Amino acid sequence: MKRQLLIVLVGALAMILAACGGQTPQAPASPAPADTSAPAAPADTSAPAQPEATEAPPATTAPPAGGVTEQPTAGGRIQTILTRGELICGVNQVLPGFGNVDSAGEFSGFDVDFCRAVAAALFDDPTAVQFRPLTAQERFTAVQTGEVDVLIRNTTWTLTRDGSVGLDFGPVTFYDGQGMMVRIDSGIETLEDMEGATICVQSGTTTELNLADNFRAIGVNFTPQVFEDADQTAAAYDAGQCDGFTTDKSGLVSYQTKLAVPADHKILDVTMSKEPLGPSVLQGDAQWADAINWIVLATIQAEEFGITSENIGDFLTSDNPDIRRFLGVEGELGQGVGLPNDFAARIISSVGNYEEIYNQNLGPETPFNLPRGQNALYTDGGLLYSPPFR
Amino acid sequence: MATAAPPVQKTTIPFWRDTRILAVLFQVLFVIIVVGVLWFFYTTMMAGLRQANLLPSFAFLSQPASFSIGESVIAYDPSNTYGYALLIGVLNTIRVAVAGVILATIIGIMLGISRLSENWLLRNVATVYVEIVRNVPLLLQLFMWLALTQTFPRQQDSISIFGLIYLHNRGVTMAWPETGSDFGAWVPWLWLGLLAGIAFYVVRRIQFARRDRPGVAMPQAFLLAGAVVTIGYLFVGLTKGEWPLTLSVPELERFNFVGGIGLTPGFAALLIGLVIYTSVFIGEIVRSGIQAVNKGQREAARALGLTPGQTLRLVIFPQALRIMIPPMTSQYLNLTKNSSLAVAVGYPDLFSIAGTTLNQTGQTVPVIMMVMAAYLTVSLVTSLFMNWYNKRIQLVER
Repeated sequence: MKRQLLIVLVGALAMILAACGGQTPQAPASPAPADTSAPAAPADTSAPAQPEATEAPPATTAPPAGGVTEQPTAGGRIQTILTRGELICGVNQVLPGFGNVDSAGEFSGFDVDFCRAVAAALFDDPTAVQFRPLTAQERFTAVQTGEVDVLIRNTTWTLTRDGSVGLDFGPVTFYDGQGMMVRIDSGIETLEDMEGATICVQSGTTTELNLADNFRAIGVNFTPQVFEDADQTAAAYDAGQCDGFTTDKSGLVSYQTKLAVPADHKILDVTMSKEPLGPSVLQGDAQWADAINWIVLATIQAEEFGITSENIGDFLTSDNPDIRRFLGVEGELGQGVGLPNDFAARIISSVGNYEEIYNQNLGPETPFNLPRGQNALYTDGGLLYSPPFR
Repeated sequence: MATAAPPVQKTTIPFWRDTRILAVLFQVLFVIIVVGVLWFFYTTMMAGLRQANLLPSFAFLSQPASFSIGESVIAYDPSNTYGYALLIGVLNTIRVAVAGVILATIIGIMLGISRLSENWLLRNVATVYVEIVRNVPLLLQLFMWLALTQTFPRQQDSISIFGLIYLHNRGVTMAWPETGSDFGAWVPWLWLGLLAGIAFYVVRRIQFARRDRPGVAMPQAFLLAGAVVTIGYLFVGLTKGEWPLTLSVPELERFNFVGGIGLTPGFAALLIGLVIYTSVFIGEIVRSGIQAVNKGQREAARALGLTPGQTLRLVIFPQALRIMIPPMTSQYLNLTKNSSLAVAVGYPDLFSIAGTTLNQTGQTVPVIMMVMAAYLTVSLVTSLFMNWYNKRIQLVER
């Protein structure tokens, strides 16, 4: 009897502790209503700044209640990152040229450099970033749950992802298209030659859908071999378990360098889809999305101005008001999107402009030697165009 | 409680020391806390989802999936719906689980018996096998099997076994019966054979019961059914000039084998991996079950003149089975749940297809809920069946 009572008392103690544990999360929950009213003031102060960020009006046309609850988090993400002291960036780790881990454990690549650019803009320190390698299938959940602040992982901008998947995309960093790699000795020249073939594809990608769509459109039957891991997909193709391997063309170029005998393979001269790749953040945080937008645009604008990490010193003393504003020497451009005014200067001096990022990872001196093509400035016949910084 | 507190007489103890009241009180408190915590998680989740404009909805289930699936038990096309694609996933999971459970049980029983064998070599080989397999993580083993499939030659130079079975790095292709145009004429014969077999079995059973003697009727019943079906096969074949069932021999076309039946490397790797891994645990359960049977039983059986094989089959095993069934059930459930590692080796099981679905639709919460419900259902059905079987073979006390 006595022992029973003891057990009950121990249980009670445990439950009281549990109750305390249960109440602590409730504590922030009860001030929550107060919270929504308190930030109403900051929300108002930031309101004048909002119209400058062109996309604010449609965001605020959402039901006012929703708008109010959105505001605290709008300031939230950047604030969270600044408090944390580093950016968490979702990247690829197995795609050389875009996101890859080298033998020393260092991340490198085109997408990785954009992560560093964001870190540089926020902290003036391109190393203040924690890379979170994600598979194609994990990536959206990681953004949805807030595990990563921003996803820069060769991710195609589509309506579904912008809408029902719940992402907000920044400007396109790389214009790509889906291609198909085959063995030269297979004699395949076009997709129509592939009747009955087995094709390796990575799950959770737009390429998986485009593959089905394209082959359905031309009435060719195929067997997909789907892997979650990109490296395994390539390995299965390399071992001859598939006749074709499909992903973005830049990815194919990248993987070709990893195959056992790269010269035995070729990339077919067909483009199966448009694949605009860009950074994305969780929907509902307009300020953070704006910040990412203008960080990417700053690299493009810098190339247009001809500002590089080497000659930026000369430009800081420039008399051109456009350049002075852009580099934050005068004016308060950055503040409007929640960034320091000299964010562009920080990016350029520590990471470089778009051309530098491109050449370092994909340019002529790399194994990929990808021509700029559509990824050139609009002045050079490409598609890169930055809205004015003013 | 209010009524309990006022009549504080010296005979009654205060309620905070009354264990009966306290017990109820704590239970109520516990339920409130659990519900509260769950509610807190739920509201937090919904608030987060609402903010991201991602409110859960099952509307996607009726939209076209538009991705392809490598292998399916029933016909599938990218224009089918997400709901149908998930069904394919469930069927693929059940396919590998059923095949895995059967094979793992057979291999496991052989392993368990080998572990207790008098033969030194057999016993030690089995021990080494068990210790190696159960101490290496399953995922690693799956990768190993997948890597092994990649070392097979390409299809053009497949290893051919009598031209009927081909081994290559895209799996196994083998000859398989194919229904001819006269298959319909043979179907009545199949039914006739089945009926004859059942009728024979029932009649014999009644006979045995009348005479109150044990007897065996099953083998003869099978023989009879087989004979009827074979006669029907020959009859249809000879009268119509075409066999109702023919052997489809695989032939290599430009990219893949056509005809016959194929096992993909993903399925093969997953099945082999699961079977090898689970059979080891089943082997240990069998061994412990056999060892748990009283030594006297074995001695008594030997004293009666039964051979070691008969002793095991007729005396030891039926008793060991009662001990083995409950842990065996857990192993079957483990195998089913472990099949969700299929995505690693490229087999489109439920988890793999669900992953694609949630990735394409963004409906993480509903999809995950559905996957959990599907695994729960499969597991509960397995559990129910095993519990029923367990009850059936339990010792009947008289």
